Amino acid sequence: MALTIKEVEYVAQLARLQLNEDEKQIFAEQLSSILEYVEKLNELPTDGVEPLAHILPVYNVFRADEIRPGTPREEILANAPLVEEGQYKVPKIM
Amino acid sequence: MSKDYEVVIGLEVHAELKTKSKIFCACSTAFGAEPNTQVCPVCSGFPGMLPVLNEKAVDCAIKTGLALNSEIAEFCKFDRKNYFYPDLPKAYQISQYDLPICKGGYLDIDVEGERTRVGITRAHLEEDAGKLVHQGDITTTPFSLVDLNRSGVPLLEIVSEPDMRSAQQARAYMEKLRSILLFADVSDCKMEEGSLRCDANVSVRPWGEQKLGTRTEIKNLNSFRALERAIEYEAKRQMEALEDGEVIVQETRTWDEGKGVTRSMRSKEEAHDYRYFPEPDLPPLRIDRDWVDTVRKSMPEMPVQAGQRLMDQYGLSQYDADLITQSPQNLKFFDETLALYADAKAVSNWMMGDLTRLLNQNGMEIQDAKVKPALLAEMLRLMADGTISGKMAKTVFEEMFVSGLDPQTIIKEKGLVQISDANSLLPLIDEIINNNPKVLQDYKNGKEKAFGFFIGQIMKATKGQANPEMVNNLLKERLNRE
Amino acid sequence: MELHQLTIHELQELLSRKETSALEITQAIFSRIHAVDKQVRAFITLTEEEALAKAREIDNQGEYGRIAGIPLGLKDIFCTRGVKTTCASRILENFVPTYDSTAAGKLFADKGILAGKLNMDEFAMGSSTEQSAFFSTCNPWDFTRVPGGSSGGSAAAVAADEVPFALGTDTGGSIRQPASFCGVVGLKPTYGRVSRWGVIAYASSLDQVGTFAKDVRDCALVMNIISGKDPLDSTSVDLPVPDYSASLDGNVKGMKIAYPREYFQPGIDSQVQEAIKKALIKYEEMGAIVDEVSLPHSEYALPAYYLVATAEASANLARYDGVRYGLRDFEAANVIDMFSRSRAEGFGEEVKRRIMLGSYALSSGYYDAYYLKALKVRRLIADDFSKVFAKFDLIVSPTAPTVAFKIGEQIGDPLTLYMNDILTVPINMAGLPAMSIPCGFHEGMPVGMQLVGPAFGESTLFKAAFAFEQNTDFHTFRPALEVK
Ligand SMILES: [Zn+2]
Repeated sequence: MALTIKEVEYVAQLARLQLNEDEKQIFAEQLSSILEYVEKLNELPTDGVEPLAHILPVYNVFRADEIRPGTPREEILANAPLVEEGQYKVPKIM
Repeated sequence: MSKDYEVVIGLEVHAELKTKSKIFCACSTAFGAEPNTQVCPVCSGFPGMLPVLNEKAVDCAIKTGLALNSEIAEFCKFDRKNYFYPDLPKAYQISQYDLPICKGGYLDIDVEGERTRVGITRAHLEEDAGKLVHQGDITTTPFSLVDLNRSGVPLLEIVSEPDMRSAQQARAYMEKLRSILLFADVSDCKMEEGSLRCDANVSVRPWGEQKLGTRTEIKNLNSFRALERAIEYEAKRQMEALEDGEVIVQETRTWDEGKGVTRSMRSKEEAHDYRYFPEPDLPPLRIDRDWVDTVRKSMPEMPVQAGQRLMDQYGLSQYDADLITQSPQNLKFFDETLALYADAKAVSNWMMGDLTRLLNQNGMEIQDAKVKPALLAEMLRLMADGTISGKMAKTVFEEMFVSGLDPQTIIKEKGLVQISDANSLLPLIDEIINNNPKVLQDYKNGKEKAFGFFIGQIMKATKGQANPEMVNNLLKERLNRE
Repeated sequence: MELHQLTIHELQELLSRKETSALEITQAIFSRIHAVDKQVRAFITLTEEEALAKAREIDNQGEYGRIAGIPLGLKDIFCTRGVKTTCASRILENFVPTYDSTAAGKLFADKGILAGKLNMDEFAMGSSTEQSAFFSTCNPWDFTRVPGGSSGGSAAAVAADEVPFALGTDTGGSIRQPASFCGVVGLKPTYGRVSRWGVIAYASSLDQVGTFAKDVRDCALVMNIISGKDPLDSTSVDLPVPDYSASLDGNVKGMKIAYPREYFQPGIDSQVQEAIKKALIKYEEMGAIVDEVSLPHSEYALPAYYLVATAEASANLARYDGVRYGLRDFEAANVIDMFSRSRAEGFGEEVKRRIMLGSYALSSGYYDAYYLKALKVRRLIADDFSKVFAKFDLIVSPTAPTVAFKIGEQIGDPLTLYMNDILTVPINMAGLPAMSIPCGFHEGMPVGMQLVGPAFGESTLFKAAFAFEQNTDFHTFRPALEVK
């Protein structure tokens, strides 16, 4: 399965990764060879095999509906690149 | 034109569940706090943080499912819905994709005497995102601010089938759903605070056409009125577009309340590709039937049953019953008033008339009103025994609404007592007739107006306190004797 | 022997006899670090001042427990309150958590002393520690070779006597492979045995916290502290934690040991295979019953792993968007640009590659062919192991296909690098506990033997590993570092 530059661009956009033209080219090649390798899985018939998403036979893990104080605002915002009025400041949306 | 088209509507409703703490962490869900004061590393999406499911949120979902006649899944799981947005801290929302907690179901709505059953497709649990505050409009704002207090508040997304055919039906569905959520005590349903939100999928098609038309999704519908108006506008817009030979574009639109129009949110060139996959940080749920039964047994009376009771027991109309069962507080007010004063129709009329009007004018909820059931019952009793007239009652009621004083006090203070004593009214009637011989002559000549003149004079002389019915009878008797 | 060379239990004994102090030990550790870390380059951050202060405090209290007064290292993937936690990434270069990961917090509560944060492959993606955004760590046995990865800093620090023990994480072999390359003991517990809370996620369904130590006894001791249910981690399991030290009786008589034929194939260095076969003979001599088995789906584990792990990673690493913490590009014109540019600048090549692969595997139209297929294969792999463990107590294999390779040797070809994990990845896919212990040398470099147990069968691992250690001296060898 060879990945086209267009597909690389689509995935990069989904993943919010800005790639330059060289990177696109390299990723197209590398991802193609990795995908070619994982094609190996198609050798295995898996009809009727239940997908395994959770390895532990554990269900219904809950917490009680109790409030605990959160993190003080100055503390939680301390790592933020840009803050205004106690909020995270981000550039315009559109 | 609307004669030629049928409108098809489906609603996606997000209800904030009434838990004290968030769905995956112990932060408070209380509304209205200062920005970023109800947050922790979990709901702020910090590195290494893990979710732990709030059991109460699951209980609420089961309750809602039962109230909506849904099947409660024996097995369900959570999934990650991946997309980037500044108010979505993990850049994925924990939601439920292919195995929602509630499957199927329905609710019945009555519009203009016609009952319609609206199917429920599914209801699933998910976490709310934070809030993005713009300076002015989203399209022009130079920057935005992110408040994560709401991030992680539990939501139940309830998706209906496209079973509604008019804006009124959509509104009725929303109102019925709201009353169900309120009765089940699973959500505050405050649309103005965003604890009940609604997106509408609207399409139109020529009558008789089986295939659904291309739909648009309208967002930002934060009141019943907005929902109704937006759907009306959007349906009309689509019909006109089709008439003009245009093609409807599948897109998301937003409702502009001020201008009364829906506007395209400019379908982003990028298609939504949410890359759902099972949430590895949360073990799946197994909801055994005992759990469901326990919840079922704990269910309070639902609006449908309550409404039926009102109709059966008191002979109320479906319309009145629906209004009274809009919220459990309404019903409680009704039940409590009725326990003190057994005229259901009278109680219902006052509740739906003056009380509702005053509540709306003041933006209040019934439970916050100073008028309590005992006061209304007492006022109705005074009205029935003739102490006050219907007109006086209106004054008394408005005063009770403002002050919360009991009707007796108000009557005394305002001198509102009705004169229903024939012995004090008769001399007055005599006097007025004697002082107006010309009018009496007119009356004798068959002039109807003359009767009204006497009534007016009597009411004036008694400052409106004379019992109108009694004045009417006494005057008739007296004039007949002339 | 000098203080920095000693194991936890040896230090503990000296402390309890008051023959040394926490301060002396901590000072010894830091003088060792200062002497060798310029070459080994295991540490990203040192916390010397805080460590010395804490040592004094512990000495003042005068009570020593399991690890009280013992310095330790943490892979820089464990969040530490007030101490920079970078995950060896530019994107978190200045991130200072407000919380301690549960595992680290348990060590601190037991009065363990943090010496510093250890180098790793960025976001635990790699097998050589060359993918660190900051610098490569050298193998203490040969500075021209890699220490393995992703927990290479942890393995190297323990091997170089810079700390008596260190924590790491293992998603596809990230504890066992570097343990093997550096000749130390490394344990990846059962998925769910140790809390992942506060540990920066790579692939949530595979990640597990574990420990590096100089011998099996120390490893058991640390596991006694960090294991157990954490109410903050829904996937940590509520099962009693046995006293792992109690299983160190050296007795493997009648223990049924399987070696899978698929793990002794031509791709595996013959000398490495030889070392394991010798170890198996040793086990037989000690009274164990050794037999060959088959894990028929082994060859599919690696491709399936790379789909599952990268898919989860693509979501786990999406939160690094420059809004709440981490690197932000301030030039961006709008928020989407800000996301894309910040992430492009903040992530290294390998991380981007895996995010791309994972996003692709989950994207519309490919989910069934890749991700879902991988989950089905994962089931087959787990079933393979269940079948073996129905009849056997333990599986033994090489940990890695080779001894430590040269720095730079495998850069540039991702697939070759991925092959390093071929013997360790299946165990993560099945969620099982596994350990690497030194069992020989080849080209002067340590060879590791992988012991795999059934779910929550860590005691069996300790029992078998300890017995081997008692009958061999591989664990006593240390690299001869030239102290400058
Ligand atoms: Zn929180």
